[in-house]
Amino acid sequence: MGVALRSYQEINEKIKKGKVVVVTAEEVIELVDKKGIEKTAREVDVVTTGTFGAMCSSGAMINTGHTKPRMKISEAYLNGVMAYGGLAAVDLYIGATQVAKDDPLNKIYPGEFKYGGGHVIQDLVAGKDILLEAYGYGTDEYPRKKLITWINIKDLNQAYLFNPRNAYQNYNVAVNCSDKIIYTYLGVLLPHLGNAGFSSAGQLSPLLNDPHYRIIGVGTKIFLGGGVGYVAWQGTQHDPGVERNDKGIPKGGAGTLAVIGDMKGMDPNWLWGLSVRGYGCSLAVGLGVPIPILDEETLQYCAVRDQDIEAPIIDYSNAYPNGTGEVLGYVNYAELRSGKIYHSGKEIPTSPISSYSRAREICSILKKWIQDGNFTLTQPTLTLPNTESEVRFRNLAERPFNNNVNGVRR
Amino acid sequence: MISTKKVVLHFPREAVERPVVCDLALRFGLTFNILRASISPHHEGLMVLEIIGENTKNEEGLKYLQEKGVEIQPLSQDIKKDDQRCIDCGSCLGVCPTSALYMDKKSYRVIFEESKCIACELCVLACPTRAMEALF
Repeated sequence: MGVALRSYQEINEKIKKGKVVVVTAEEVIELVDKKGIEKTAREVDVVTTGTFGAMCSSGAMINTGHTKPRMKISEAYLNGVMAYGGLAAVDLYIGATQVAKDDPLNKIYPGEFKYGGGHVIQDLVAGKDILLEAYGYGTDEYPRKKLITWINIKDLNQAYLFNPRNAYQNYNVAVNCSDKIIYTYLGVLLPHLGNAGFSSAGQLSPLLNDPHYRIIGVGTKIFLGGGVGYVAWQGTQHDPGVERNDKGIPKGGAGTLAVIGDMKGMDPNWLWGLSVRGYGCSLAVGLGVPIPILDEETLQYCAVRDQDIEAPIIDYSNAYPNGTGEVLGYVNYAELRSGKIYHSGKEIPTSPISSYSRAREICSILKKWIQDGNFTLTQPTLTLPNTESEVRFRNLAERPFNNNVNGVRR
Repeated sequence: MISTKKVVLHFPREAVERPVVCDLALRFGLTFNILRASISPHHEGLMVLEIIGENTKNEEGLKYLQEKGVEIQPLSQDIKKDDQRCIDCGSCLGVCPTSALYMDKKSYRVIFEESKCIACELCVLACPTRAMEALF
């Protein structure tokens, strides 16, 4: 860290007094252009960042309360979508990509995936009644075997989001080099580089404003789904070692966040169930992180612009599914957001999957919460693994099962 | 005055059997461009047509089709964007062949310009919130 400009405590005192200076990750760029880093760093206390996009590794933990007689749920469905019951008696976890049990999936290709875990989460948060169908095998203390009932978030003991991987720091740009249309989580991709799908809020995205994880860490209080949440841990596949450009920005998917937050304070407008054609169900999550300007370096990173952030173009008809690692080239987010990119002499229209206007709105809402004294900042209790750490993303090294390994017989 | 009009023709089962669209050219001297068609014997059919010709001839031609049992709908009513469901992600943009769907460069909201739409329905496939709907 460079010369300290302010502490969390000082910022929180200013928030309480209504004297805090907050700008969004977009506004700060203009300020830095006008006044320079040094002056802006002295004036601005907090920069708000945000993102709103499909985040498949999301889910909700709920506790329904006990029935009479008691029941240990081993199999459960919420509006026909399977929830994981391999926890204590009436604890359930529903994942965003779980598809309704009667869905034809990709048997009718490309599947529509009309309703899944993401939709259940949105409906729960919207306060709609959800049908719970549950089965147990019956034990001495949990004799009940079957339950069908309506439930509502207001009656649940706990309902909290626990998303193992959100807010990916940068992501792939997907294209299709084959001669057939393909359906991916980065959208419908037309043949012969007909279009390109990308998914990042770029200059607004939390981890792209803190590329070395100097500020965001375990315990950081955040905007999550329209309510309040916290960074719980490094996200799954957190990969600080990805190649970086001269500004320190990773040139592909790198850091991720595991986040947690009370669904009872959330808003269905910021948690949106998705039906991604041919791929499956998911959840669009709204997530915003305040970055305290503790020193000039922090601000320098917050002044990142779309043109400084590059993303790899990857062929989702071959390189991605087969994991070849081949990168066709790099483009920056200013190009991506302009509506078209150029590759091998071809003009390719682009489709974002992450909503820039909504990311911008999240930055503004979080700014207002802080200005109005309704949201204070928390100092992380643990930093996320950075480039110096041992944490690296690895593919699975398969070890074939030979029917008789270490005495295990099947 | 020459005008261009995009319409959706719904053919009831009876009308599918008769050659009527070619009469637009033969009887009324109209030029037409078939943007989309799904017509098979013994089934209801659908055709998206761009008709180019004199205003009066255009109207006469469409009236003729109606007399032959074809239902006519202006194209702009057939693909709808539900703004309540749109999250402005932009998944539809890159697949739209006519840029009827585009991103406003200031607000970054997705705009649907109905007059440019040729009802290819790629946006319906691409939209993850089912905000784009085909009402054929």
